Amino acid sequence: MIEVLAFYMFACTAVASAVLVISARNPVHSVLFLILTFFNAAGLFVLLGAEFLAMILVVVYVGAVAVLFMFVVMMLDINFVELRQGFLQYLPIGALIGIILLVELLVLVGGWGMAPEAAKSAGAPTPDIGVTTNTHALGEIVYTQYIYLFQAAGMILLVAMIGAIVLTHRQRVGVKKQNIGNQLARSADDVEVRKVEVGKGI
Amino acid sequence: MLDIGLAHYLSVAAVLFTLGIFGIFLNRKNVIIILMSVELMLLAVNINLVAFSAELSDLVGQVFAMFVLTVAAAEAAVGLAILVIFFRNRGTIAVEDINVMSG
Repeated sequence: MIEVLAFYMFACTAVASAVLVISARNPVHSVLFLILTFFNAAGLFVLLGAEFLAMILVVVYVGAVAVLFMFVVMMLDINFVELRQGFLQYLPIGALIGIILLVELLVLVGGWGMAPEAAKSAGAPTPDIGVTTNTHALGEIVYTQYIYLFQAAGMILLVAMIGAIVLTHRQRVGVKKQNIGNQLARSADDVEVRKVEVGKGI
Repeated sequence: MLDIGLAHYLSVAAVLFTLGIFGIFLNRKNVIIILMSVELMLLAVNINLVAFSAELSDLVGQVFAMFVLTVAAAEAAVGLAILVIFFRNRGTIAVEDINVMSG
């Protein structure tokens, strides 16, 4: 019973906050509702028994991606009122397409059944939760069976990191900076020592 | 109704996915909200993968969801970096102004 209540609570809050993400006037509120959506999706993951993914969702999405969105929203000086013009202009066509898609998806979910032999074709059967935890079981297959894909994911993140740095890094002109190489390359001969008389200066 | 099965999770994911698409239509001028809508759609896909993984008790679905998450994080980082340099160069992020390459 408590599981059913938890499911409906997480599901309803996730959907409601997703609605507010796309309809909020202030983009900062949009980001905050996006965070709420991610938290509730993490709750759904916990109900499904995927604790590791739930924690990854909280750490990566809430901790990194949503904060990145927040930084960009606050850093860029944008007139959001201007961007909202024509908000209602596309509402009918958007609602039409959205409703058609939703009905199609729900018809699909309603009239669909699992093939009886599907359960037998599992690539990596989940071990008993009493013996192996979800994180342990995931680690056992990610680091053995899927090691190349795991390394490829790491490469994707590396490329994304380098790409983001290269794109946003800029050399500002007229900024005085310490040049350690120049400092170290200076020899004692380059320095001229002079006697300065008091009150005169050079 | 009182027995939560696969169909319930798939329905939630379908609603979230549709909201993502609807958000793109609704906020056609604001790239930041469009990126957030894309994140919502990827989240819906992840819920689908994890729901099937739990239903079939097959861990591969969760591994794939992890990779989807990785790509989503990379996409958000690069997308926002492009947005930042575009704003620095042009002073706007309105979608209809992004036409430098259209010739």
